[in-house]
Amino acid sequence: MISLGHYLVVAAILFVMGVLGIFLNRKNVIIILMAIELILLAVNINLVAFSAYLGDIVGQVFAMFVLTVAAGEAAIGLAILVIYFRARGTIAVDDVNRMKG
Amino acid sequence: MIQTLAFYLFASLVIASGAMTILSRNPVHSVLWLILAFFNAAGLMLLVGAEFIALLLVIVYVGAVAVLFLFVVMMLDIDFAALRAGFTRYLPFGLLVALVLLAEMILAVGVWNLGGIEADARMASIDPNIPNIESVGRALYGRYLLLFEGAGLILLVAMIGAIVLTHRERKGSKAQNVDRQNRRRPQDATRNMRPEVGQGVEL
Repeated sequence: MISLGHYLVVAAILFVMGVLGIFLNRKNVIIILMAIELILLAVNINLVAFSAYLGDIVGQVFAMFVLTVAAGEAAIGLAILVIYFRARGTIAVDDVNRMKG
Repeated sequence: MIQTLAFYLFASLVIASGAMTILSRNPVHSVLWLILAFFNAAGLMLLVGAEFIALLLVIVYVGAVAVLFLFVVMMLDIDFAALRAGFTRYLPFGLLVALVLLAEMILAVGVWNLGGIEADARMASIDPNIPNIESVGRALYGRYLLLFEGAGLILLVAMIGAIVLTHRERKGSKAQNVDRQNRRRPQDATRNMRPEVGQGVEL
């Protein structure tokens, strides 16, 4: 029978994969954004698994909020990416020092 | 039995497609692998009886976010080969960080499985008699109404932000400026000329 631990392991592997993706594709900001989506997906799997196994609906409600934030983050991130590409003609982000504060 | 089989199918596919997302050479392939990962994660959520959030995942991620990614990847003309230059250079450090993180998480899962931590209180217990979507709706439109509206506000701000960021005035565009049009009086636009014969007028 599938236990909560199985779900936690799957989510942990997915989360680590997202972090690894950020490190491996440090220049390509599109893949970095996708890796962040993977991380948020892992978090959502965790929330839903805990919600189901502990018998509490709040985890699923919170997963929905995470989904909302992920969608907003993707939209804003891609918008920033588009204007960055328009200004520089590339999306290599390992030397972004244009926004000096 | 069939549940166990389905779990292992979905779990292995979600991990494999997650790996392909970060490893594939072509970002378009990455997006497609990401879509597969979302589908399988939705399958995992269906298995534990969270139908609403699973279908929401498919609708929001596959229907909106992944398509957005696909648009941006295909719209921008990027030399992706050059962007992969540092791939092997960052590999050892990335693997180190990933392994440390994974070890920590497995430790945490192990501690959880030991059963030392047991949450007793429930905010809103799942009633097996009412369907999942109804219980989610009761929580969402009851106790968490304010948070729900806050989520709507976040989406609104994100939408306005994305529009403001990417909107630009094109140089050569000939859009109608109604305001300026209405402000213009006949005396600004026309004048009386009495040109000599054969001279023409200067504009």
